[in-house]
Amino acid sequence: MANGPKGSNARTTGFLLGGLILGMVVLGGVALTLYARGRWWLPPLASAHGEAIDRLFYATLLVTGVVFIGVHVLLALFVMRYAAAGEGRALYWPDHRRLELTYTIIPAVALAIMVALSGVVWARVRLTAPPADALDVDVRAEQFAWLVRYPGPDGRFGRTDPRRIDHRTNPMGLEPSDPAAADDIVSRDLHAVVGRPVRVRLRSTGVIHSLFIPAFRVKQDAVPGVTLETWFTPTREGEYEIACAELCGLGHYAMRSRVIVQSQQAFDAWLGEQKPSLGAGQ
Amino acid sequence: MPHGGAEMRDRHGRPIGPGARVRVGEDQGTVGRLEPEYGTLTVVVEGRTGKSEKMVRASAVEVIEEAHPPHAHPAAHEHELSFIQRYIFSQDHKIIGIQYLLTSLLMAAVGGILAMLIRMQLGWPGTKWGLAAALFPGGFAGGQMKPDFYLAVVTMHGTIMIFFVLTTILSGGFGNFLIPLQIGARDMAFPWLNMMSYWLLVPAVAVLLASFFVSGGAAGGGWTAYPPLSAIPAAAPGSGLGQTLWLIALAILIVALLFGSLNYITTILQLRTRGMSMMRLPLTIWGLFVTAILMLLSFPVLFAAAIMLLFDRLGGTSFFVPSGVWVGGRVLEHAGGNPLLWQHLFWFLGHPEVYVLILPAMGMVSDIMSAHGRKPIFGYHFMVGSIVAIGLLSFLVWGHHMYTSGMHPLVAMGFMTTTLAIAVPSAVKTFNWLATLWRARIHFTAAMLFAIGFVSLFVTGGLTGVFLAQPPVDIYMQDTFFVVAHFHFVMASASLFGVFAGIYHWFPKMFGRMMHEGLGKIHFWLSFVGIYATFFPMHFLGFAGAPRRYYAVGPFEFLRDLQPLNVFISLAAFGLGAAQLLFAANFVYSLFRGKRAERNPWRATTLEWEAPSPPPHGNWGETLPVVHRWAYDYSVPGAAEDYLPQTAAAPVPAGASGGGGSAA
Repeated sequence: MANGPKGSNARTTGFLLGGLILGMVVLGGVALTLYARGRWWLPPLASAHGEAIDRLFYATLLVTGVVFIGVHVLLALFVMRYAAAGEGRALYWPDHRRLELTYTIIPAVALAIMVALSGVVWARVRLTAPPADALDVDVRAEQFAWLVRYPGPDGRFGRTDPRRIDHRTNPMGLEPSDPAAADDIVSRDLHAVVGRPVRVRLRSTGVIHSLFIPAFRVKQDAVPGVTLETWFTPTREGEYEIACAELCGLGHYAMRSRVIVQSQQAFDAWLGEQKPSLGAGQ
Repeated sequence: MPHGGAEMRDRHGRPIGPGARVRVGEDQGTVGRLEPEYGTLTVVVEGRTGKSEKMVRASAVEVIEEAHPPHAHPAAHEHELSFIQRYIFSQDHKIIGIQYLLTSLLMAAVGGILAMLIRMQLGWPGTKWGLAAALFPGGFAGGQMKPDFYLAVVTMHGTIMIFFVLTTILSGGFGNFLIPLQIGARDMAFPWLNMMSYWLLVPAVAVLLASFFVSGGAAGGGWTAYPPLSAIPAAAPGSGLGQTLWLIALAILIVALLFGSLNYITTILQLRTRGMSMMRLPLTIWGLFVTAILMLLSFPVLFAAAIMLLFDRLGGTSFFVPSGVWVGGRVLEHAGGNPLLWQHLFWFLGHPEVYVLILPAMGMVSDIMSAHGRKPIFGYHFMVGSIVAIGLLSFLVWGHHMYTSGMHPLVAMGFMTTTLAIAVPSAVKTFNWLATLWRARIHFTAAMLFAIGFVSLFVTGGLTGVFLAQPPVDIYMQDTFFVVAHFHFVMASASLFGVFAGIYHWFPKMFGRMMHEGLGKIHFWLSFVGIYATFFPMHFLGFAGAPRRYYAVGPFEFLRDLQPLNVFISLAAFGLGAAQLLFAANFVYSLFRGKRAERNPWRATTLEWEAPSPPPHGNWGETLPVVHRWAYDYSVPGAAEDYLPQTAAAPVPAGASGGGGSAA
C-alpha cells in the first residue's frame, strides 16, 4: 500500500465494505429485528409493573436503533466515498472544538433524560412497598428446585432450620417446635390470584439462584444467608414458567417451576385442598 | 544551544567521541550517545549497584581517555548473550512482547476450540459426537456431552479468552513491544521484572490447563466464580480441585500482570525520549498507560478475593459462605460469611477489566486509522480526555452487574447514572473516528479493514449496553443471552478486531516481514460477517428470555421455539472459527516466507517506524530519536510528503500545524 495502490482497487474495496455495512449490518439488522418481533421476542406480558418496563425497553430500542443506523450509514458512506484514489491528499483537520463539544453535550443530555425516565420507572417498580392485601409467599431455592410456602390459616410463617430438611417428610425444613410452622403449606408451584399483588420472600439453602419469571419481567437473585423481597401483580390467568437465571450447578438448566394464576375462588379451592407440610409426608 | 556539526567538546575543549572514558563530577563512565543538537550526551556510569545512564551537558564532562576502536555499540551487547538469554529468558521488551503475543494466540486457539464445543452442544443438544468424544473422552458419555463438561467448557472459555488471551495479548504483547519503541526508549524501566512477568504467565497457563485433567474436571462455576457454588466442593463436580487450580492460576497471572503494569506506567512516565511530551504520545500509548493504571489498581482486589476464596475452600474460613448452608443433604460448618462480598470484589476488578480489554484496542485503532487513512486523528485532546474519563468512571460502575443481587434500589440508581455517563466519552470516541474517516484517503489494508470493523462492533455492542445500564430493563435481560451478545460485541469481538488490526499493522516491525495482504483481507471479510452472524441473533435469544449457561433447553416451553436460531448461530460460529485458521496459516507463512519489510512500510509517523524492522537490541543504535511534533502529521499542506515523522524537524508553514501539534 505504501506506494498508493491502484485507485480502482481501493474504490472496489470501499464499495464492498460500505455495501456490507449497509446491507448486512443496517438492513440485515433491521430486517432480522422486524422478523424476530413475531417469533423470538419478549413473551406476552402478564404482570402490572411489566408495562412500564416494556415501554422503557421499546423507547431504548428506538433510540439505540436510530443511533445504530445513523452511525453505520455514515461509516458506510465514508468508506465508500473516501477510498484512496486519484491524486490529492486527505484533509488536514486535526480538531474542531465546537463540533466535538456538540457531540459531547448531545449524548450527555440524551443520557441524562434516559437516567431520569428510567429512574422514575425504577422507583415505581422497586421503591414502592407492596399493598397491604398482598399475598405473602415464601419461596426457597435449592439445587435444583423451587419450593413455595404459604403461611396457612394463622397467617404466620413458622421458623425453619436447614438441619430439619428431609426430602420426603419435611422438604422446607420447618421447625416442628414452632407452633406457627404447624399449619404452613408447601407447594412446588406458585399459586397466585389474578389482580392480587404477590409479595415473595426469597431465600436459598445452598448456592445462589435467581428467580426468573419471564412473562412477569421479574428476576431476583436468591442469596443464601439473606432473605430478599420482591413483589408483582399478575394480570392474566394462566400458567407461567419459572426459571433459574444464576448458574447454580449441574441441574441449572432444568430448574423449572410454574406460577399458576387463578381466580380468587379457584385459588381458595386449591389452598383448601392443601395439607400442612408437617405431617403430610408421614 | 546547537553546536556546529556533530563535533562535541568537553570543558577543556577536547573532542568527545562515543565510547570515551569521561569524568562527570564525582563519577566516571563511558560516553553513550551524543546529542549535538542539544549539546548534551549520555554517560554510562558504573556505580556500586550496576550501570546507570546519566544525561549531562558537554561542558560538564572531562575526557580522561579517548575511545578505543571498536567503540561500544549497543548492538555489540548481543554477542555477549546466549541463545537462552536472548530468546527464552530474555529481558528485551520486544522478545517478551512476542512471547506474550504467541502464548496468547495459542491460548486463543484453546479458547476458540472451547467455543466450538459450546456451540455444538447448544446447536444440537443430545447429539452423539464421535470425533469430539474420542478427543475428550472424559467430557462425553455415550458420545453425548456431559453437563459438567459443558459447564467447565463455558467457564474455561470465558476465563481463557478474557484473562489469558485479550488481557495478555494487549498489555503483555502489544504493550511490551510498543511502549519503548513508541516513546523512544531502549527498553522497559525494569527489564528483569518484565522477564519475570512473562515467566509467571507460563506457570499460570500450565496450572489452568492442568485443571482439565483433575478429578471433577475444570472449574464449572462460570468465569465469575460466584460462591458459594465455587466455595463448596460438594456443590458441583467443577467445584473440586478444578476450582482450586483455577484460583491459583488466576492469582499467579495477577502477579504477572502487576509486574507488567508497574513497568508500563514507570516506563511511560520516565523513559520518554527528548521532545516526547505526554500530549505528543500516540493514542496507543495513552490507551496502554491508562490500562496499566486500571490493572494496577483493580487486579490486587481480585487477588485478595481469590486468596480469600482459597481460604474458604481449603482453610475452613467463611468469608463468602454464610451460616446454615445446606448442600448435598447436609448442613456445612461455615458461619458468618456473605456471598455478595465476592460479587463486589470480583466486579470491582471485573468492570475495569472490560476497559483493560478495550482501551488499548481503542488506542491502536486510532493510530492505525490515522496512518492508513493518511489523515490526522480527529480531536486528539478529546481522545486523550475520553480515555482518561473512561478509566476513571470504570471504577464507579461495577454495581451494574448486581442489579438483581438484592442491592438497595437507590444504589442501583447511582450505578445506572455512572454507567450511562461512561457512554458519553465512548460516544465522543466513536464520533471522532467517524470524523477521522471524513475526507480521508483510505488505504484498505487488512489492518485498516479490521480497524473500521472495530468501530462497527464497538458501536453495536456499546448501544446494547444502554439497555443493560437501566435497572428496570436489566432486571429482565440480566443473565440472558442478550448480555452474552452485548459483551461479545463490545468487549470480545471489538477487542479482538483491535488485536487483528494491530497484528497486521505491526507484524512487519515485529518480525521484519510483511503479512500476506490478500489472505488478511479474506480473513477480515469472513470474520466480519462471521461475528455479526454469530452474535447478532443472540440478542433475540435474550429478548425471548433465554438464560445463559444452560446446558440444554431442558423442560422449558418458552425456550423451545429458539432452537432454529441456535442452529444458525452454531453454523455461523463454526464458519467464524474456520476463518481463524486462515489467519493462523497467514501468520506462520509470513513469519518464514513473508515479503521482507522495509523500515516504514506504511509510511507512518510514530517512532517505532524509525527503527529497523525488526529493531535491534537497544532499538536505536547510538542516539535516541528526538521528537519534534505530535504523532498525527499526515497530509500536512505544503509538506513534501504526505506524512511527517515525529522526528522530522523541518518547520511547517505557519498556520498549518493544528492544535494537537503543540506540546502541552
